[in-house]
Amino acid sequence: MKAIRILSRNIRDAFKSVFRNFSLSLASITCITITLIVVSLSLILTFNVNNFTDKVEKNATIVVFLENKIKDEEKDQLRSAIEKIQNVDTISYESKSEIQEKMMNDSETYKNIMSGWTEEENPLQDTYLLKVKNVDLIGDTAKEVGALEGVGTVKYGEGMIEQLVSIFDLVRQGSYIVVIALVIVTAFLIANTIKITIFSRRREIEIMRLVGASNINIKIPFVFEGLLLGLLGSILPILVTTYGYTVIYNKFGGKLFSNLIALIVPQPFIFKISGVLVLIGILVGMFGSLRAVKKYLKA
Amino acid sequence: MALIECIGVRKRFKTGVVAIHNLDLTIDKGEFVFIIGSTGCGKSTLVNMLYRKERPTEGKIYIGGLDVSKLRNNKVYKLRRKIGVVFQDYKLLSRLNVYENVAFTLEVLGLPKDEIHTKVLKVLELVGLKGRAKNYPHELSGGEQQRVAIARSIVNGPRILICDEPTGNLDPKTSDEIMEVLEEINRLGTTIIMVTHDIDIVRKLKKRTIQLDNGRILRDYAKGTYGNESNKNS
Repeated sequence: MKAIRILSRNIRDAFKSVFRNFSLSLASITCITITLIVVSLSLILTFNVNNFTDKVEKNATIVVFLENKIKDEEKDQLRSAIEKIQNVDTISYESKSEIQEKMMNDSETYKNIMSGWTEEENPLQDTYLLKVKNVDLIGDTAKEVGALEGVGTVKYGEGMIEQLVSIFDLVRQGSYIVVIALVIVTAFLIANTIKITIFSRRREIEIMRLVGASNINIKIPFVFEGLLLGLLGSILPILVTTYGYTVIYNKFGGKLFSNLIALIVPQPFIFKISGVLVLIGILVGMFGSLRAVKKYLKA
Repeated sequence: MALIECIGVRKRFKTGVVAIHNLDLTIDKGEFVFIIGSTGCGKSTLVNMLYRKERPTEGKIYIGGLDVSKLRNNKVYKLRRKIGVVFQDYKLLSRLNVYENVAFTLEVLGLPKDEIHTKVLKVLELVGLKGRAKNYPHELSGGEQQRVAIARSIVNGPRILICDEPTGNLDPKTSDEIMEVLEEINRLGTTIIMVTHDIDIVRKLKKRTIQLDNGRILRDYAKGTYGNESNKNS
């Protein structure tokens, strides 16, 4: 009962205090708002870059062209041999007539040229299409497949894919570092602003200690206040994220420049980002307050 | 049994200054003790150690059997709930009115609202401020502000009240009024330790008086002896 009374008093005091010291609270809230908007932008960017690179990497395919003379049972043997290779994720078969049909469907020109081909005349080759588990090892896997009996040539976009993968890795690592650095800077900024707020109330803390408030009793209202500041500070960034991203997504039709760079669908993506923003706001607000108030609990 | 017991207490600050030298002192329950001496003689340091604002460098301080010198920072509140402290500069919260300033102590301790109300009104009556409950500190005279501070420090019924020059900022008439309030509190059973420069008050009240000099007890006048002809010049 006593604990509930103290808790409800703390919550009430946190609200009172935010409004009583409004100019200082506003400074903290503005600081949280601005930094969280920057964090939100970098999060959106990072996740979209990751989404794009993941997609490209997942689409990396090894095309295995089979020798023309190969018999059906040899094809099966080859298939099981390829499946045994560790890095191979999925394997699918496309016969030369299937490829012919696909190409004819794709373009009128092909249709005109290919429509006369009989099964024997078709110069295309039967293929196995492989997806790999780890795109970094795609070159080695292609080599391994190429050495198998019955394989003609192996293509996987040599050179380009390796380069793309290494650039993507760099972009990904870079964006993580930026986000982490931003969160740390945010925490620092917010903590300092809250410190100024609490500095102006050190007399109150001194009196609280004097009249026998335990350290926890003193800390809790300030922690609540930090939580409240964080919560209030994250409202605007959430609105900006939710509406801003949806508008951008709709304006660009869900893709950037070409079909290859697809944006992440707004829902539930924006909710997740909003959740992260609230969490950062609250945690940083609470810990900022806690750190600041601790300084005055020594005497 | 002694309520306050200092055994071989020494306080040396980080700057190297020794404020208290090997001090032994016993104060019984219900006593009213003045601590006097020139500026810098260690009066405030001594009382600061009693409510554990400072820790002694050596020696022991027992308050009601509790070893204050060993008390950890996060346990200080246990001691502070038994001790009220009043300062020269009142230390009131300017944004709270008289009632709220006094109630602050009890709210911090988590008492129910009804109980807070009863206790605050009772103590405001004791210090003669019942009619000023709604006023803010800046609307009060110095004497009235000090009464609020006293009310706040005794509202939770501490066993000891420490007053560090409570009349330092007040004129003689107002000082007398404050002393009347303190005497009344003492009559009700609270032990009072008061640091003061005001020799007139000490002479008038004839309480036990401890005179400090350079961090040592120069004399410990028993109740009723300070201000007698024999030691008037000391």
